[in-house]
Amino acid sequence: MSIFVNNATRLLVQGITGREGQFHTRQCIEYGTNVVAGVTPGKGGERMDDVPVYNTVREAVSQTGANTSMIFVPPPFAADAICEAIDAGVGLIVCITEGIPALDMLKVKHYLCLGSSRLIGPNCPGIITPGICKIGIMPGPIHLAGGPVGVVSRSGTLTYEVVHQLSRQGLGQTTCLGIGGDPVVGTDFIDCLASFENDESTRGIVMVGEIGGSAEEEAALYVKENVTKPVVGFIAGLTAPPGRRMGHAGAIVSGGSGTAAAKIEAMKNAGIHVCEDLGKLGEFCKGVF
Amino acid sequence: MKIHEFQAKELFARYSVPIPDGGVAQNVDKSVEIGCGLGFPVAVKAQIHAGGRGKGGGVKLAADSNELKACAEQILGIKLVTPQTGPEGQTVSKVLIEKAVSIRQEFYFSILLDRDTASLVILASTAGGMDIEETATESPDKITRVSVNPLIGLQPHHLRQVAFGLGVPRENMKAWLACIASLYRLFIENDCSLLEINPLIVTENGSPLALDAKIILDDSALFRHPDLKEYRDASEEDPLEAEARRHNLNYIRLSGNVGNMVNGAGLAMATMDIIKRAGAEPANFLDVGGGATREMVEKGFQIILSDSQVKGILINIFGGILRCDVLASGIVKAVKNVGVKVPLVIRMEGTNVEQGRRILADSGLELLTADTLADAASKVAEMVR
Repeated sequence: MSIFVNNATRLLVQGITGREGQFHTRQCIEYGTNVVAGVTPGKGGERMDDVPVYNTVREAVSQTGANTSMIFVPPPFAADAICEAIDAGVGLIVCITEGIPALDMLKVKHYLCLGSSRLIGPNCPGIITPGICKIGIMPGPIHLAGGPVGVVSRSGTLTYEVVHQLSRQGLGQTTCLGIGGDPVVGTDFIDCLASFENDESTRGIVMVGEIGGSAEEEAALYVKENVTKPVVGFIAGLTAPPGRRMGHAGAIVSGGSGTAAAKIEAMKNAGIHVCEDLGKLGEFCKGVF
Repeated sequence: MKIHEFQAKELFARYSVPIPDGGVAQNVDKSVEIGCGLGFPVAVKAQIHAGGRGKGGGVKLAADSNELKACAEQILGIKLVTPQTGPEGQTVSKVLIEKAVSIRQEFYFSILLDRDTASLVILASTAGGMDIEETATESPDKITRVSVNPLIGLQPHHLRQVAFGLGVPRENMKAWLACIASLYRLFIENDCSLLEINPLIVTENGSPLALDAKIILDDSALFRHPDLKEYRDASEEDPLEAEARRHNLNYIRLSGNVGNMVNGAGLAMATMDIIKRAGAEPANFLDVGGGATREMVEKGFQIILSDSQVKGILINIFGGILRCDVLASGIVKAVKNVGVKVPLVIRMEGTNVEQGRRILADSGLELLTADTLADAASKVAEMVR
C-alpha cells in the first residue's frame, strides 16, 4: 500500500505554533492527515485551530496516541527536538528543519540506534502517501494516488518536478519521500529501497540523487543485489564545480569523490535505468514501468 | 566557512597546540619588523584560502632582512595562482612571518566528519607534506585511521592508536597525546568540519609543532560562535556571492552566459544541467530557497544581471512554499525596477500557478513562458546562441 505512513498515522507537530509550523500543519490537515497534537514548550493547554498543544512530546503521546512527529523547530533546538521524540518512543520522526549543525546530527544519528524510532530528514520536504497522508511541505495536488511508483530523493523541489511528470504520464505514486540534503540524515536510500521492495503495491522505484558523498553508489550496489523491481535513477549536479557546496550542506564534490558522473556510472553498472534528461523523465519512466 | 592559516593558528594557540613564533603583516615594512623581532631565518607565507600555496610560489624562506624584504615584496599584492585557485588566482593581502625551525620528521594530521559512518575520524600519516589522497593510493600502510563515536567522544586509547601509529618519540609521548587531545577538543568546541595540519612536525627535541594549519568551520553552527564569525574574509569571496549571502540567497558564479534562478538546491543543479544539455552554459547557481519573498526574487535578479556575461535568463520555479503568484509579482516588479535587458524565459509549476501566469500575462512585459522544463531550456539556449 505504502511505506512508513498510512491511514494509521497519528501525527503530532513539534513547533506547531511557529509561522512555518502553523502554515504547514493546516496544509497537512486539509490534505487529510490525522493531526492529533502539537508541542510547543510553554504553550501547553492552548490550541492551534482544533489541535491541542502540549508542553512535552511525552505528554502529547500519552494523551493522544500520536505515533509520528513532524518537526518545524529552528536549527539550534532541532537536534534536541528529535531526541525528545526518540525518548518519547515516537515511531516515525520527520524533521523538516534546515541548517542543523553537523556535530549535533552526528550524535542524533548514533542516539537513534539506541531507540526504536525512524528519522526522515533533516533538511527534507517530508513524506507523502498520496490520497492518504501528507507529512511535510510538498504541494499535495501534484501527486496521483494509488501507485504503482515509489519515489525517494535527496532533494525537495526536484522531487516535486519528478512527481509532477509522473502524474502527468498517469503514473501514480505509492509513497514519495525526501531523505534530506544534509551530510548526515536518518533514513537513507537503502532503507527506502528495501521498504519499497517489500511493499506489494509498489511496482517500480524512482531514485533521485545528487552530488556529494557516496549514498547513491552504496544504494546502487544494494539494488544490484537485493531489488527485483525496476529502478529509474536521476542524478543532479553534472555541471556543479568541484569544491563548492551547492545549496544543500551535503552537495559537494570533494577530492574528486561524490561526482555526478561517478554516481551515474555506478547506477548503470547496477542495472538501474538512468535518465539523464530531466525534461523527459516522465516519459522515460512510462517506458520503463 | 574557510579561515586563514594565521586565524587557525590563533585557535591552536588558544588550545595550547604548539605553533612556530610568528606574526601577520599587511605590508613590507611590517614584515621586516616582525622578521627582525623573531630572528632569522624566517618563513614568509601568503595568506589565502586556497591550498597548494608552496607550489604557486606563495611560501618562501628568508635568511636575513634583505631577503625578507624581497620575499614580502614578491608575495604581497600579487595574484597568487595555485592548483586550487583557478587560473585567475587570488590576491594576497597578508603574509604570515614565522621563525624557521629545524625538522626531525614530518607527519600529516587531520580530523574530519565522516558522513558515511556519522563519526569523527582522525587521519594521521608518516608521509608529511604529501596530500592524503596521494598517500592513500600510493602507500596506504602509512596511514593511521581512528574513528571516534561522537556519543562517547575521544578516549585515551584513540590517542594511543594515533601516537603509536605515527611512531612519535617515546620520550615526548605525553606532549604528543596532549597535543592530539587538544586538537580534538578544538574541533568539537568550535564546530569544525575539517582540521588539517600538513605538516605536523617532530622538532629537534622530539616535541610536536604545527607548521601549517587549515580549518573549515560548519556554517550551520556559526550561530553559536559569534567570535568565529569575525574570521570571515569577504575579500576571499566573489563580490556577487558575498552580496547574495547578505540577502540569504545561495549564489555561485560560473563561467557560462545563461543566468538562472530556481527554488531548491536540487532543482537548481538539475536546471544548470538541463541548460548544458540544451547546448548552452549556465552562468550561475542560484537557489532562492523555499521561503523566498518578493524582495529576495528582486535581489536575485539584480545579482544575475550584475554578471555582464549573462545573455539570457531562465527562471524555473516549482511552487511549494514559494507560491507562483508571489514569484510572478516579484518578477514583474524586478523587471520594472531593475530594467532587464536580456531575454527572459519563465517556467512555473505548482502552488497557485494559474494566478502566477495571469500576473505575468497582465504585466505588459515581454516575457517568454514555457510549459515544461525541456521547453524552457531549449528556448533560452536558442536565444543566447
